[in-house]
Amino acid sequence: MTEPLLSVRSLSIGVKRGSADPTLIVDDVSFDIAKGERFGIVGESGSGKSLTLRAIGDLLPRGVEVLSGSILYNGTELVGMPRSSRRKLMGPEIAMIFQEPMTALNPVVRVGEQIAEGPRRYLGMSRAESMTRAIEMMAKTGIPDPVRRARAYPHELSGGLRQRIMIAMALSCNPRLLLCDEPTTALDVTVQHQVLRLLEDLCDDSGAALAFVTHDLAVVNQTCTDLAVMYSGHIVESGTVREVLRDPRHPYTQGLLDSAPDFDRPERPLIPIPGFPPNVASRPSGCPFAPRCPLVVEACRTAMPPMETVAPGHGAACIRADRTSRELVAR
Amino acid sequence: MTIPDVQPLIADQSAGDPPVLRVANLTKNYDLSTSVLSRLSHRGEKATLRALDGVELQLNRGEILALVGESGSGKSTLAKILVGSTAASAGEIEYHGAPMPARRGKDESRRIQMVFQDPYSSLNPRLTVGSMLRELLLLHAIVPPKQVHEESKRLLNLVGLEEDALEAYPSQFSGGQRQRIAIARALAVRPDILIADEPVSALDVSVQATVLDLFASLRRDLGLSILFVAHNLAVVQHLSDRVAVMYLGRIVEVADTAELFRNPRHPYTRALIDSIPRMSAGSVTEAFQLEGEPPSPFNVPSGCRFNPRCPYATDACRTIDPALETVAPAHLSACIRASELTELAVARV
Repeated sequence: MTEPLLSVRSLSIGVKRGSADPTLIVDDVSFDIAKGERFGIVGESGSGKSLTLRAIGDLLPRGVEVLSGSILYNGTELVGMPRSSRRKLMGPEIAMIFQEPMTALNPVVRVGEQIAEGPRRYLGMSRAESMTRAIEMMAKTGIPDPVRRARAYPHELSGGLRQRIMIAMALSCNPRLLLCDEPTTALDVTVQHQVLRLLEDLCDDSGAALAFVTHDLAVVNQTCTDLAVMYSGHIVESGTVREVLRDPRHPYTQGLLDSAPDFDRPERPLIPIPGFPPNVASRPSGCPFAPRCPLVVEACRTAMPPMETVAPGHGAACIRADRTSRELVAR
Repeated sequence: MTIPDVQPLIADQSAGDPPVLRVANLTKNYDLSTSVLSRLSHRGEKATLRALDGVELQLNRGEILALVGESGSGKSTLAKILVGSTAASAGEIEYHGAPMPARRGKDESRRIQMVFQDPYSSLNPRLTVGSMLRELLLLHAIVPPKQVHEESKRLLNLVGLEEDALEAYPSQFSGGQRQRIAIARALAVRPDILIADEPVSALDVSVQATVLDLFASLRRDLGLSILFVAHNLAVVQHLSDRVAVMYLGRIVEVADTAELFRNPRHPYTRALIDSIPRMSAGSVTEAFQLEGEPPSPFNVPSGCRFNPRCPYATDACRTIDPALETVAPAHLSACIRASELTELAVARV
């Protein structure tokens, strides 16, 4: 087996509180992303999916830090690496696309200039070369009239065009790993469709791997090859998209599927997940999903279940994983 | 080929019963010119944004009508006009068959209530749920002062909250619970129309379902008529009886939900349906992809406003501005090629 491009092991992220125990927001998360793979991370707000992604990109908010674990990129340890050398990776190796392009772009710099900055700094291009590169990238992302649009400021462009500018910027140095944090959530459905197809095409062309954070299972189904489902800071289920979505083994994954309307099955009633996700500061002992789980047994409340393989390439952190799909369908 | 007659929208199926709300030829202009002074001194521009351009729509008693469209299509402007927080520039609003006055009195504004998208900014953080409801119940004299507490508890039960919520502040609730509080607040004054502007799009999937169920039960148990503004078509399909599709300030298609999704008769609706991320299909489909983005409402294309993005546009589409016409029973579309679209069956998975 070839070595993965990114290997995250036992990653914990949290807030340190003086001498007290730190508050864990992401707890013991492990996954691999192979070269060229499209990996989705799904979860609700507060599940820790965005922080996991930001930890890879060294973009954690102030006060939040990696407490333990390892992030190996291409065999190099990123955790604890000096910031200066870490920053050299961002751009040519790892790039990021944010949810809200208006706040991620610099409002007082022309968009062409913002795209050109990366190639100039990292690929050693001259000013003229880097502008040519910027316009070429804008054309590749389907921006009409790129020569004129390169001189626009972010506020002069629509949401869809701004998101394309971010994609052009992220891909301008040919990164091998593209981190996407809900890149289409702020877009209209028709534009979302265009942007997803664009991301797929560009990653196919350049061979870049994709780490894609979203709350929308249908988007993951159409964009990714593999996924991890996060709940309250843990990965509770992971595997290929086909396996996990067709045969979910964790009751939370099943609950997400049951509670979201499916356009192709309009008659199916929606089954909400009762209760709320636990507060990260007072997470229950044992499985964090236990208080909301329809299949809960006493053993669930004592220890966090380990991730176990339920089928080839499919793991679930549930002691009742072998019965989940059968019993929930019977319900 | 016969061209169907222009049908007025008042054709109502439930005999004799006028729709609870009907709008005709509704137009809203926003004047975005620079000031007169700066226009005199510099070369400022005179600009008008036409957010709504002749909207025709009716809401029947006890139905959930969904209003869908891209951002900038005028969905929220229409919602604001209906609820009375903005005045229309032209056009009529009829409430139960009688014209709604331009300046609404207390009783008229009580009849149509709104639930907003973001339950974090639409509730006053300094009022407890109880005082929020009490204020409304007393102001509108819904119940005698002695029964206010009882009535508040009844409202909370109605939206599925515990009675002890009366003493709590909005910050003590989760997003889904806050949306329930917002719904209780709207229901406090006993409206018969609820206008919900993207009420679940700020909520997590697992709580979305409970709020959708609440809307369905309010319609069933209280006979409320609900206008549900949304962009998530899977949600719309699940909840609504009829769907109206908006594009650049106009309604371009209206039909029963099942009919609209099975047999769309406007290319824009068709494009919206094909853009929905699906659980059952594999990679993103290219069946019917829209190029480009909605044009700016400052610069509406001539002819059919959808023609620059429409794969079926002909020369006629660039000159004729099609009106909303009946293309099938209870199915209206504003497309001159509507009858040809039936041959392009929607891809089913």
